[in-house]
Amino acid sequence: MKELEYPFDSEYIIKKRKSLRKSLLSDGTKRLKKKIAVFGGSTTNDIVVYLELFLLNYGIEGEFYQSEYGQYWQDAMFPSDELKAFSPDIVFIHTTNRNILNYPTTADTREQVQTLLEQEYSKFEQMWTKISETYHCPIIQNNFEMPFYRLMGNKDCSDYRGRSNFLTRLNTKFYEYAEKTEGFYINDINFISASYGLKEWSDPSYWNMYKYAMCVEAIPEFSFNLSNIIKSVFGRNKKALALDLDNTLWGGVVGDDGVDGIQIGQETGVAQTYYEFQSYVKSLKSLGVILTVCSKNDHENAIAGLNHPEGALKPDDFIIIKANWENKDRNILETASELNIMPDAIVFADDNPAEREIVRAQVSGVAVPTMDSVENYIINIDRNGYFEVTNFSADDLKRNEMYKANAERAAQQASFADYGEYLTSLDMTAVIDDFIPLYLQRITQLTNKSNQFNVTTKRYTATEMEEVAGSDEYIRLYGKLVDKFGDNGVVSVVIGHRNGETLDMDLWIMSCRVLKRDMEFAMLDRLVERSISCGISTIRGYYYPTAKNKMVCDLYGKFGFTKISEDEQGNSVWELALEGYQPKNRYIKVEDNSSIK
Amino acid sequence: MDNKAIYEKLNKVFRDVFDDDTITVGPKTTANDIEDWDSLEHITLMTAVQKAFKVKFTMGEISSMKNVGEMVKIIAARAK
Repeated sequence: MKELEYPFDSEYIIKKRKSLRKSLLSDGTKRLKKKIAVFGGSTTNDIVVYLELFLLNYGIEGEFYQSEYGQYWQDAMFPSDELKAFSPDIVFIHTTNRNILNYPTTADTREQVQTLLEQEYSKFEQMWTKISETYHCPIIQNNFEMPFYRLMGNKDCSDYRGRSNFLTRLNTKFYEYAEKTEGFYINDINFISASYGLKEWSDPSYWNMYKYAMCVEAIPEFSFNLSNIIKSVFGRNKKALALDLDNTLWGGVVGDDGVDGIQIGQETGVAQTYYEFQSYVKSLKSLGVILTVCSKNDHENAIAGLNHPEGALKPDDFIIIKANWENKDRNILETASELNIMPDAIVFADDNPAEREIVRAQVSGVAVPTMDSVENYIINIDRNGYFEVTNFSADDLKRNEMYKANAERAAQQASFADYGEYLTSLDMTAVIDDFIPLYLQRITQLTNKSNQFNVTTKRYTATEMEEVAGSDEYIRLYGKLVDKFGDNGVVSVVIGHRNGETLDMDLWIMSCRVLKRDMEFAMLDRLVERSISCGISTIRGYYYPTAKNKMVCDLYGKFGFTKISEDEQGNSVWELALEGYQPKNRYIKVEDNSSIK
Repeated sequence: MDNKAIYEKLNKVFRDVFDDDTITVGPKTTANDIEDWDSLEHITLMTAVQKAFKVKFTMGEISSMKNVGEMVKIIAARAK
């Protein structure tokens, strides 16, 4: 819904909150349901109202628990039965500089201030530990915004007795904790308050009249920023950025103005602004965002423009270049299918409002940021949080290389008459074994990102996955696939829990980048082998249909399982007796964890 | 801006905030007359009214307003 995308009109959202909520809830979207506990150090009512709207817009339906006013500490440390029964999927701690109990005074010594700092900090750390032990779920914690007045003026930031100095040091301690703790995220209100305008943000009348820690007009921006962390944790980030060329990546039209005539580089202010945007896009690639081109142009003109010596981006930076005269909605759909991602994982950036409109209308769920003037391009993409980073794995860094290698594989496939011959030519080697700490983050990430090759669509938080990894009740496998074109990384995860002599499958997922490589059969072979050695005689598989996972409705059938039951919704149960099982993988050489250096 | 225009615009804000097209406010209207008008919604209402008329109420004004008529009086004196 455009009203809930950046740059949004907060005034409108505040006024229309009720009708916006109604229309989102009645639009027929199937949403993830998540329970969100909000522990507040100030009033949280409106924060939750707008958070709910933004999350609904991201396909997440929140159920909320809110502390009684100001009871964040009590709720965290001494959870009520109500809260325990609620059993949150994520906890958000809404504290601000209004919740600092003891600030330094000008009479304090350096040692006394250090003690104060430790005291304030340890209160928080105790709380985080307790929450994570009680609920095993991700935690989002505000950092501190700067105070709205400065007792010592400019010295307030540099003197150890200054409040600004104290809060900055406390923030640094929060960041140190965040860096070493998985499933712990900072909601950066220090940035958001500065960006909004600290003076308006901190208007004391809102605190003194209503006990809101910021002005009410700022709450939609606050909640939007928070919703980006939550949707990222629950796997709702975008994956690819499809870019127009003329007047998007450079000024002018390369087909008309020629390569020498387009604006890019250091010559003029406009050219520099396009260069800055290109550099930003290039940095997105280094975060693992897939870049593609979607432009109405002759192919050679597009390539010539991208080869402009002053540009930051080169043709090589793009996995797919669609420069043709087809309708853009069609090009976007083709791009999605070639990348094996859902069209709603794409962000389409184009300066032309008519093109944006047609893509928005024809491609369901695609994100289409407003690209009204080049100086706003970066902020309109950046602030929308499409690619909000919560887990950043080594795999993200390599994603573009992997998609590139995929494109090369596709080219090679065309030259083989027989598909088996092609698979043999790929020289595939897989590591398939029990989880190891090195890959746990990627394994969790994969469970939250995979929608298509996913029979149960069960999601795991980092903490839940650690529990699975440490328990004897489960048989777990991850699969990592290497071929002659490159390392695909961890691409498949299988989890089953033991139920006497039966293994009940909780999860069977695979990344679509390795479809039709027989990797699923290699996983099955290993699963059967491990199961037999644990005394399992039957494996039971489950398929739960969603809007996205049709491709695996018969996965267990292809594996040779027998369908035991199926209900009206299409949920089915399958069984395989392990006696006499014949291995199915013929093309992949399989190794175990000992092969990992 | 005359009183009639202020009431028209104000009515629109009330209808939006409470998502209820049957609302019609007059000088004597108070929180008791509108079902959803509680202390939390009051904050939203104040914000929406101030934005709609591009005025800012002082803390003193917000705490002393007794009914819609008093709100209109302040708006009439202040709105451009």
